[in-house]
Amino acid sequence: MVNTQHSRKKNVAVAAVLLALTAASCSSSSKTTSSTTAASTATTATPGGAATTTPAGGTSGSGSAAIKKGLTVYFIPKDTQNPYEVLADGGGTAALAELGGKVIVSSGTEDTAAAQIPSIQAAIQAKADAIVIAGNDPDALCPSLAQAQAAGIKVIAFDSDVSCPDHLFINQANTEQIGTSEVDLLAKEINSTGEIAILSAAATATNQNAWIDFMKKQLTKYPNMKLVDTVYGNDDPATSLTVLQGLLSAHPNLKGIISPTTVGISTAAQYLSTHKNIKVTLTGLGLPSQMKPYVKDGTVTAFELWNPKDLGYLAGYAAAALASGVYTLTDGATFTGGKLGSYKLSMPSGTKEATIILGPPQVFDASNIDQFNF
Amino acid sequence: MPPDPARSIELVLAVPTERDPWWRTVARWETALVVCLVAALAFGSETQHFMSSTTIFYIGLNMGEIAIMALPVTLIVITGEIDLSVASMLGLSSTLLGYLYLHGVPIGFAIVIVIVVGAAGGALNGVLITRLGLPSIAVTIGTLTLFRGIAEVILGARSVTNFPASLTKIGVVPIPHTQFAYSLGFFAVLVVIFIVVLHATPVGRSIYAIGLQSEAAHFSGIRVKRIKFRLYVLSGLVCSCAGVLWTLKLASARFDTGAGLELNVVAIVLFGGVSIFGGRGTIFGVVIAAATLGVIQQALTLRNIDAQVRNIVTGVLLLISVVLPNLIEGVRRIRSSARNRRQPQHNPEHEPGPFNGPSSIPNAFPQSNATAPPLSATTTKG
Repeated sequence: MVNTQHSRKKNVAVAAVLLALTAASCSSSSKTTSSTTAASTATTATPGGAATTTPAGGTSGSGSAAIKKGLTVYFIPKDTQNPYEVLADGGGTAALAELGGKVIVSSGTEDTAAAQIPSIQAAIQAKADAIVIAGNDPDALCPSLAQAQAAGIKVIAFDSDVSCPDHLFINQANTEQIGTSEVDLLAKEINSTGEIAILSAAATATNQNAWIDFMKKQLTKYPNMKLVDTVYGNDDPATSLTVLQGLLSAHPNLKGIISPTTVGISTAAQYLSTHKNIKVTLTGLGLPSQMKPYVKDGTVTAFELWNPKDLGYLAGYAAAALASGVYTLTDGATFTGGKLGSYKLSMPSGTKEATIILGPPQVFDASNIDQFNF
Repeated sequence: MPPDPARSIELVLAVPTERDPWWRTVARWETALVVCLVAALAFGSETQHFMSSTTIFYIGLNMGEIAIMALPVTLIVITGEIDLSVASMLGLSSTLLGYLYLHGVPIGFAIVIVIVVGAAGGALNGVLITRLGLPSIAVTIGTLTLFRGIAEVILGARSVTNFPASLTKIGVVPIPHTQFAYSLGFFAVLVVIFIVVLHATPVGRSIYAIGLQSEAAHFSGIRVKRIKFRLYVLSGLVCSCAGVLWTLKLASARFDTGAGLELNVVAIVLFGGVSIFGGRGTIFGVVIAAATLGVIQQALTLRNIDAQVRNIVTGVLLLISVVLPNLIEGVRRIRSSARNRRQPQHNPEHEPGPFNGPSSIPNAFPQSNATAPPLSATTTKG
């Protein structure tokens, strides 16, 4: 009896120590894929829709000349290892380097608000000029961000928006552009003729449905392309595969599939690359790192996503411009985003949702995929 | 089945005959922790922007709820059990508070309901562990998932945000005229209560006795099951209070609030020198451990040290806290067995094991703090 008591204690002990060690060190695994879905859900916040990017060249009066030197901008990604966020932070660092300031990247290893709050506090204590944050939680960060704003720090959200007042959101892509450009991309590959289908994420996903609506609208311009089915893989590889197989057997004449989700497109690409007898053109929103082998082996010709580096770069310029007082959060305010050109801020009247849209999504194909490793 | 009589006698005799040598007092884990804290503060003071009063506020804000949850877990670990459901209870409390507030329940009343539900959740753990005799690690891993699952059912993916600003200010401003976060203030009150209960009452001594030798404690009249049950209820209650504080601090309630914090809580308890084998540990040690980790994390963040490196630092500290006491114990055993060889009265049962095995339990007495008396003197009140 005494012995069983001891061995039980020992089991508890060993397990608890292991757990505690996990807390300390291993909390960062399985994070590489997290922001792919997060990135695609983030675009739900797109208000209204009007594209606000104006061509480069027409530099308005408030150019980069008035940007202060020596600005400190804190970039607070969802976590510090996510390759997508690392690229975005790199873009921000490049932007501030051009402007004579510096970027400090600070975050935790878990995608939680609690892990980001110490970084916001550090920015306040270091008297930073601006914070650029990819919010892990739209609401829970607001008390801390409000403290930062009270300390005179400008707050910019990118990748994933927060709900706090008086901040600027850099949206990676416009809902309409994503929907229409994917149809255009597929049309180009299948000569605008044949049956097509959509492999989406969850049937309830706001961003997916908004994109699909714009796809349907754009399809009216291609009378010979027919959308025969929309299936939902719930951003789960196994489910995506099942619904894909069902789709292919139900529609033997299928010519093309659009999958506006990174999980769906990579699952479909993997299936098609091992079933070369199926001649279906696949495109959609994907991660270059996941899609590289399928582009190389010819399964996929081209797919889209926004360029995270440009996203961070634009956020860096916006942060510097806001911190320098070059422009304020008013509808129609413009500023120059360095090499990306001039941007106009949109803030629908009655709302406090100031947004800048990066621009059309980036197309990845065999010619440029090696340059991207996120 | 009575406990081995020889061992019981040894238990009683072990204390008065063996005086702590001077180096053992110095090598007490709490002493090492204080040195750690001083070193951490020295490191912090070298950090730019660290030496400001807001640092105290931020450390309290970041560590408050974790430290609060560590207190009941300390008592539970001293009895030789564990509670891993604490963070899920925090999440469930946060969710429930949000749900009730969303449905028009006045915030004060909602908080009362949340705390009652917290105690009930703790009672569920307690019943499963003490009445059904299930291992606490299995039960509380189960309720870890269960509480989080219930939270997800209650709020789904929604989050509740519009709590009254008069309450959510606890996440923005410290207690007036101080730099202490409100959760730190609550923690301080709890610390006083816990120190008194654990180190100055019969209940506290019973908790140590249970952890040292559950059987012996039972046969000397301690209501082992009742005390364990009450500790789990206490844990649920305290963690639901932490959940309320956390919710108001972040001004938002979501089902995944505080996910994973149980690991930080266990880390602090172990780093605080509480023996995972039970029977040993002090509230003071846990308080210093929480403060040390808070200071280190804040200083490393201010220095913009990589988050992975911050994790490594925490992990190494934790490993040291587990390895070092066992190492000291091992050295002590080798020395005492050498002494035994010199003296003829060799106790065959007292074979030296390098690490804390079952036979080390009787010797845990002199190692535990001075307030733990020999079992024979323990009050039999349950």
